[in-house]
This record gives sequence, structure tokens and C-alpha cells, in this order.
Amino acid sequence: MSTAPASRASSASPAASGTTATGAPAASHPSGHAPAPAPAFVRAAFGPVRWLRRHAVVLAGCAALAYLLLPNLVVLLFSFNKPAGRFNYAWRDFSTDAWTDPCGVADMCGSLGLSLRIAILATLIATAFGTFAAFALARYRFRGKSTTNALIFLPMAMPEVVMAASLGTLFLNMRVDFGFLTILIAHVMFCLSFVVVAVKARVMSMDPRLEEAARDLYAGPFQTFWRVTLPLAAPGIAAGAMLSFALSFDDFIITQFNAGPSTVTFPMFVWGAAQRGVPVQVNVIGSAMFVIAVAIVLGGQIAANRRKKG
Amino acid sequence: MTAVAPVTPSAPPPPPSNTLPGDGEGVRGRRARRRLTPYWLLLPAGLWLAVFFVAPLVYQASTSVQSGSLEEGFRVTWQFSHYTDALSTYGEHFLRSFAYAASATVLCLVIGYPLAYMIAFRAGRWRNLLLVMVIAPFFTSFLIRTLAWKTILSDGGPVVGALSALHVLDVTSWLGLTGSERVLATPLAVVCGLTYNFLPFMILPLYSSLERIDTALHEAARDLYAKPVTTFRKVTFPLSLPGVVAGTLLTFIPASGDYINAQLLGSPNEQMVGNAIQKQFLNVLDYPTAAAMSFLLMALILIMVSVYMRKAGTEELV
Repeated sequence: MSTAPASRASSASPAASGTTATGAPAASHPSGHAPAPAPAFVRAAFGPVRWLRRHAVVLAGCAALAYLLLPNLVVLLFSFNKPAGRFNYAWRDFSTDAWTDPCGVADMCGSLGLSLRIAILATLIATAFGTFAAFALARYRFRGKSTTNALIFLPMAMPEVVMAASLGTLFLNMRVDFGFLTILIAHVMFCLSFVVVAVKARVMSMDPRLEEAARDLYAGPFQTFWRVTLPLAAPGIAAGAMLSFALSFDDFIITQFNAGPSTVTFPMFVWGAAQRGVPVQVNVIGSAMFVIAVAIVLGGQIAANRRKKG
Repeated sequence: MTAVAPVTPSAPPPPPSNTLPGDGEGVRGRRARRRLTPYWLLLPAGLWLAVFFVAPLVYQASTSVQSGSLEEGFRVTWQFSHYTDALSTYGEHFLRSFAYAASATVLCLVIGYPLAYMIAFRAGRWRNLLLVMVIAPFFTSFLIRTLAWKTILSDGGPVVGALSALHVLDVTSWLGLTGSERVLATPLAVVCGLTYNFLPFMILPLYSSLERIDTALHEAARDLYAKPVTTFRKVTFPLSLPGVVAGTLLTFIPASGDYINAQLLGSPNEQMVGNAIQKQFLNVLDYPTAAAMSFLLMALILIMVSVYMRKAGTEELV
């Protein structure tokens, strides 16, 4: 709460300096508090050149944003396509067939359900275990702490294919049947680190005096944790959970190495489709997820802004 | 504190905690329990990582020096031939992986820096919206988005047409990056896909380190007659270095092990080491060779990363 005014002030200042930069020259400033005069080379340039120079960063940034979002737009556009063959790479005709029948492709919605189940379970396990570990690392000093930190960091600094191949080799030699369980184990393994990092950052930035105050006011350890510590840490835990859900739901490499023949997750279905022929419904699912998620995030933003104002 | 001292005279000074003296099991037992708490908290996650992350890596190292076949089983024979075989057969794949990953990392930095800068300093009240837009692509499965590049870069499509009309393709095909008439199934397509896939991993750390910079420093630099370029070179960029280091690592490491972009956007001539590992593991079922290659990949990356971090001089990453 206390950071709200600060962030508003900092976000207002670039906007303010922007208006002085694009607006009237310094001479027309009414008071003596004129900003520093623009360097000579800026004044020397005229018209479009000056405009380009001033806005070069914004233009480059917008171009980068376009590069990032272009594929999503293409996916959305081609979800209304009626392709000629099995592949949906060239535009032919407008149609809403795929949107009216999203599960019309064999096995696709089943794979989507499997991905969702795995992602939910992996998120629950990784968030719980990761939060415990984050509290231990943020709140306690103990022997072996730096080793533990390295252990947590390593999975994030390792190419996925290495983890995938090594875990697959282990399962293979232990004669574990590849399937739901092996995918779940692998997903929890790589989600853990991300949860720990997200929660640890939050716990370390929490003011310990708030919990001390709770204890001074005769709150028991459980009460302190439940009423003070957990609500304070909640944003970090939520961030970790969302991250691991997204990572697990979208994971392909580790899943491919640790999946059984009957456990085809949604990314694996798409991979298979890329070889055999991509149904339009794949685009429908991709676009729908994009639109729903963006709507949720924007809705949350708007709700948060309202609450701040009210 | 004074109440505690007579109870445990030999104990080291108690930590400034809330433990009240006396009641129940006594300070000593309480303290012992408190000392064990972090270990209990770490147990599930630590065990999970030890069994399913560390043990497989160790096991993989041993597999890489085994010989045999799937039918008759593998035995450790301390055969290092898998390593030499892997290097002689797939040396080119290793080189290609690192070259593509390095190019993608540089491109990510060049493309991502202006966007991170814009969000941090120029966005005003649009900042949160822009951050959402950077993360938004993640909500569509990355395989679907990578397939979309097949449409965008398709032969005879608008992008290839424009590049061809501007004679860009003439230059790039002369450099061996593209064909004279097509972009798909060329190195440029793979690097473009890698850049696209890992760009958010560059932008977010860059943004978080740029966002922390006090804008008063920019004003101070301007007051001292520094040109904008000088301000950037002497103030902004050095202060954003932790973000640059974190971003380049988060881009380079996953990109060098990736095989999806090479598979979907490249041809057999653009295969990376990930493709080779995947083929050995899933198709050829030659696990020792796959283990040797992924062990080699891991070792090479660790060496490169540690050299890079020493040069860059930042240890704090997480």
C-alpha cells in the first residue's frame, strides 16, 4: 500500500518531462525553473530528423512489441481460416467452423485435459514445497544454505534437454513405466526453483516488524502466521503458482522425454500435428487461451485500480 | 534477555527472537527445535531435487561411459568413446548450437533493450499494460506460435516478398544465411525463431534493473551537459548491467539446448545439438551417446557461463 504513491510519482515524472521535451522550447517557460536548455545538436536538427531522434527509443520499442505479438495475431487470424489441405499455413477462406466445433479433432481435447490436470497438480505440489523451502532460505541461517541455494538455482541454469535426457535415463533404468506420474514428477522438479525464487524475493522484502508487532499483541505463532505472514507473502506465492502453471502447461521438451505412449499432452499433440497436419482447432485453442488470459489480467488490473481510487 | 541468562549460563547469547523464557520444554529444547526447523521446511523440495535432478545427472554421467544395448543391458565399461564419437559426429551440431544461441542472444539484447527502456522510462501510465503485452504471448502455447512463423516466413509470403524486393535476401543469401528466394529452412529462420521465443526472458530482467535506476541521475547528467548518447553510455547502461547479464544467460542457456526451432523452422542442415540428443534418445535408443552429448553440452555451458560471469563481474543473479 505504501508503495502506491511512490510508484505513481515515478510514473508521472517521465510523462511530465516528455511534455516539456515535445512541447514549447525552454524560452517560453514562465518561471525561472526552466529545464536545462537542450544541447546544441538537438536544436540544430529540424523537422522529421529531430522527431525521429527524440522518439527513436519509442519507435524501436514498438517495433519490438510488434515482433513479439505478430505470431499471436497470425494464430488468431488463421483460426478463422479454411485451409485447403491438412496444413494451416496459407490463407484460403474465412470460416468459423473451427470455433463452433473446437473439439472436432480426435484426441485434441483429451490432450488438453491431460495438460490441465498435470499443470494443476504440478502447481499445487511445487507451490507448497517451494514455499516451505523459500521460507527456510529467507528466514533462517543454517549450515548448507549456500549449497541449497545452488541446488535451487541449477535447474534454471540448465538447458531443458539435459534435464530431460538425464531424468528419462534414470526412469528407463529403474524400469519405471513412462506416463502420467513421470510427467508430473518432472514438471514439479523444474517448477520448484521458480516458486522458490518468486516466494523468497517476496518474503525477504517483507518487514519483520509487522510479525513482531503481531507477537507483541499476544498473537500465537499460528495466528501470526495465518493472519500476518501468509497474507503478506501471498503475492509472491501467487506469482510462483502462476509461473509454474504456465511453465508446466506449456512444457514440451521435458515432457517429450518422460511421457508414455498413451500420455499425449497438448504441446505433444501440437508437435505431432506439425508433422502430420495442423488442424485449425489448434489455433482456436491457442487464441482462446490468449484472449481469456489477457482478459483476466486486464480485468484484475482495472479492479485493482478501482480499489486504489475508492 | 536478563531473565534467560541465569537459566542457561553456558549458552551463547540467544538470538533476538521472541522465545519467552521458561514455560514447557525449556529454552534449550525450543532452540534445538528452532535450529531444525529450516531443515524440515527444506526437506520435501530438497529431496525432490536431489532424487529427480541431481541423481539423474550423476546417473547420466555414469551412463555416458557404459556400453551395451537395450536388449542385453548396459554396463559401465569406462568407455569414453561415446564422447569422442559424439564430438566427431556431432561437433558441427555443437558449434551450430552455440553460434545460433549467441546470435539470438545478441539480437534479443538489441531488440529487447529499447523496449525495456521504453517501458521503464517513457511509458508513464501505460507501463503495466505494456508489461502485460510482453508477457501476453506466453499464454498461447509456444509451439503454436513457432508454427505461426512458418506462415509469416512462408515462401512467396509478404515478408519474403518485401525482403526480396529490398534486395535484403540477396545480401543474406550471399552470406549463406538464407536462400535467394526463401527464408524458411535456413539459418536465419532458426535464429529468428530462437530470438522470438526467448525475447521476453531478456526484456523482463532488463526492465527490472532499468526500473530501479533513479531518473534524477539522468537529469544530473543532462545538467552537466552530457548528450543523451553519453548519458546512456556512462550512466544508464552501466547501471543496467546486472539485467544485461541475467538476460543474456536466461536467453543463451535455453537457446543452446533448444531443438524445436531448428526442427520446425529449419532444414536438416540447421540441426542443433538438441536435435541430435533427441534423436539418439527417442529414435535411435542409444542412451549412452545421448547421455554423453547432454553431459558435454552441460559442461560446455557451465564453463562458458562461469567465464562470462567472471568477466561481467556480477554474482547476484536471483
